[in-house]
Amino acid sequence: MSAPRILESATRLRAELPRGFADDVVASIYDDAERIVRHSVTSDSKRARLGMDQVLDRALTHRVWGFVVMGVLFYGVFWFTIVGAALPSDLLYTLLVDKGHSSLRGLFVDLGAAPWMTGLLIDGVYLGTVWVVAVMLPPMAIFFPLFTLLEDFGYLPRVAFNLDRVFAKSGAHGNQSLTMMMGYGCNAAGVTATRIIDSPRERLIATITNNFSICNGRWPTLILMGTIFVGTLVPAPLAGLVAAGAVVAVAVLGIVTTLLVSWVLSRTVLRGETSVYTLELPPYRRPQVWRTIYISLVDRTLKVLRRALVMAAPAGAVIWLISNVTVSGPSLAAHLVRAMDPLGMTLGLNGIILLAYLVAIPANEIIIPTILMLTMTLGPLQYGVQGGVMLDLPEAQAGTVLIQAGGWTLLTAINLMLFSMLHNPCSTTVLTIWKETGSLKWTATATFLPLALAFAVTATTASVARLAGWV
Amino acid sequence: MNLDELPRDGRAVVTRLDSTGADRRRLMDLGVLPGIVVRAARISPLGDPTAYLVRGSMIALRRSQARGIHVEPCAEEA
Amino acid sequence: MSVELPMPLSKAPGPSDSPPGHACGSCAVFNVANLERLGVNTASSDFVIALAGNPNTGKSTVFNALTGLRQHVGNWPGTTVVRAEGAFRHQGAAYKVVDLPGTYSLLSSSSDEHAACDFLLFGDPDVTVVVVDATRLERNLNLVLQILQITNRVVIALNLMDEAQRHGISIDTRHLSRELGVPVVPTSARKGRGIPELLEAIAQVAQGRTALKARTTARLAPVVERSVSTLAGQLSAEFPGLANSRWVALRLLEGDPSTERAVRDGSLGDVDRQHSARQRALEAAERTAS
Repeated sequence: MSAPRILESATRLRAELPRGFADDVVASIYDDAERIVRHSVTSDSKRARLGMDQVLDRALTHRVWGFVVMGVLFYGVFWFTIVGAALPSDLLYTLLVDKGHSSLRGLFVDLGAAPWMTGLLIDGVYLGTVWVVAVMLPPMAIFFPLFTLLEDFGYLPRVAFNLDRVFAKSGAHGNQSLTMMMGYGCNAAGVTATRIIDSPRERLIATITNNFSICNGRWPTLILMGTIFVGTLVPAPLAGLVAAGAVVAVAVLGIVTTLLVSWVLSRTVLRGETSVYTLELPPYRRPQVWRTIYISLVDRTLKVLRRALVMAAPAGAVIWLISNVTVSGPSLAAHLVRAMDPLGMTLGLNGIILLAYLVAIPANEIIIPTILMLTMTLGPLQYGVQGGVMLDLPEAQAGTVLIQAGGWTLLTAINLMLFSMLHNPCSTTVLTIWKETGSLKWTATATFLPLALAFAVTATTASVARLAGWV
Repeated sequence: MNLDELPRDGRAVVTRLDSTGADRRRLMDLGVLPGIVVRAARISPLGDPTAYLVRGSMIALRRSQARGIHVEPCAEEA
Repeated sequence: MSVELPMPLSKAPGPSDSPPGHACGSCAVFNVANLERLGVNTASSDFVIALAGNPNTGKSTVFNALTGLRQHVGNWPGTTVVRAEGAFRHQGAAYKVVDLPGTYSLLSSSSDEHAACDFLLFGDPDVTVVVVDATRLERNLNLVLQILQITNRVVIALNLMDEAQRHGISIDTRHLSRELGVPVVPTSARKGRGIPELLEAIAQVAQGRTALKARTTARLAPVVERSVSTLAGQLSAEFPGLANSRWVALRLLEGDPSTERAVRDGSLGDVDRQHSARQRALEAAERTAS
């Protein structure tokens, strides 16, 4: 019997079958399963089985305590990451940047290498690479294992359970709460995590909005701005608290933006059916702490190293080049800054900031060092700092430089925080989006929509502040 | 009554599934079939969804899904 | 070192519309063309193992334990969405493991479930290992029973036995094995327990050394049974190599679009009968002896 005739036969036979027969097939499988279980499984104490889980669930999904625990846990993760990473970052910095950079530099000079080669390779490529490693490796190595432990324990589905209503109302998939959280560690990881969302439409919404989760690379910028510009507005005892509050406020704004943009997308370009969503709350399981930490650590370390080599190294080279290649007098950087100043001013920022964001597309963590270097070399004041060599300063000094040489105001700082939260994803994330979606159109949307939003928001705050005479 | 009307800790037997298509399939795959006992275990702090105990697993269903499941409440087990 | 070679059975391989497994030992099919189409490179392996199971059963842990591949293990449903592959060697034979997405059943229309079903049906792996959560057996058996309708070269990894113990649940694995007609291996993959036994069971089934009993499939209503048998017969006539014609018949009667497509474009008939399991075992033995 040929294929088409088989299909005809199937259609004919189907017509003769009772309407709900497919249901009966499923039901009969479960009947079988029930019977087998009844004869093979004996359960000692059904109540004790759920006892501990019930207690935990009562606390973790409680109307009040559920959110308190959520807030405390995630604040705890961030706090632990920042504090825990401080010492290792400093050590790596001292080793790789301070000592490593000067040693390598000395070596190249001794070997008689041409100044431009030394500059390009050591001040540019090497410095860019190790900077990212020193700044990014410790926080990633702490955040992801912690996050993974929470996941292994079984807590994350409870978070999705608690937040589901908010996301459902925003037209987003229930699992988006989880990919959003993952993005706070690294947006590329958050985008990859959207694989848990089956429907392509909802997966795209989660992908595009993941950018508004503030990844590890952007925290230093926010913390610095909060400390130098916002914390200094209040008396010293409160400064730390207020600075932290500013960072938290921007993070919360990020969540609001995620929900708003999801809502808009789901009603315009990404309209469609809400997919079938079932969330299973698995039993709590004791995580294998050491094994999880080890695997997560190795995984993340490799990823950071690879990103440093592939993305940050060229970025470092570009930074050195634009500062040292001159075009009829001033450096390329100076030209670009002058060209971008008008736009920068409109946005309440300046040309240096925009240039820094342009060259630091590969890596958000080198934004501040680049800004400092550009401000100190292109600004009105002389600092004896070499062009193209990124540098770091203690907070107080950085503040002085930015205000005096850069002319920064509170508006600049706040708009920088907003811009940092909203702007386009880093190149690693863009590449990941492209790999995951396979679509040039949506990758472009995911890249330029946040940028457009960043422009719009900063331009608005700048205009409002100027009109109101605050600045 | 419908499953979304089952109060917390209430137990009921499923009598009928109204949903169709993929929704229905997914519910049946998870074991929500006529004759099975379910228990409303926990309600999300924001009111939706509710986690139901089905064949030993906790499945969270949104109100819109639970509304399409007809149940008959049963007495608490001693 | 001498190797035990399985004795050839007298029955020649042939089309069968009885439940799969009746002449399983001689009838195992090596499905090169389809496997390659599904993206699995079979060049360096003797046997292909599919790893299936509900979400959140510790399937990834079992995968890691079998292949040693360092993969992140998550405790939330939907983590294993992308298929992962790994390999291991056992007693001289090379095994390739394909980790299927965690699914609740093979009947739904989600892409995960399609991927899993397609692989089991067309990829025709040598062994399917179903990882089952010992603490939630009833729900997990839904998938197991469905898989058993497609193939009976199955090994059940009864995982999370440590959790079951903690909750006072005890399972009569021998009875379970008898009921299902396939080996059931209690494991606690997190603690590394039961893995050697699992490897051994996989090897035995792959090399046809285990006598797998035919399982009486779920009792269907007589009118449904008649239709299924008729259609299954027609399918077997048209596609002689099809070992699970009843499953395909059922899907066609339910109107499943992807099965209809497979019938229409003939890919159902691609099951290639190049090697028998015995021949591969022979080659593997020769390799170790040399």
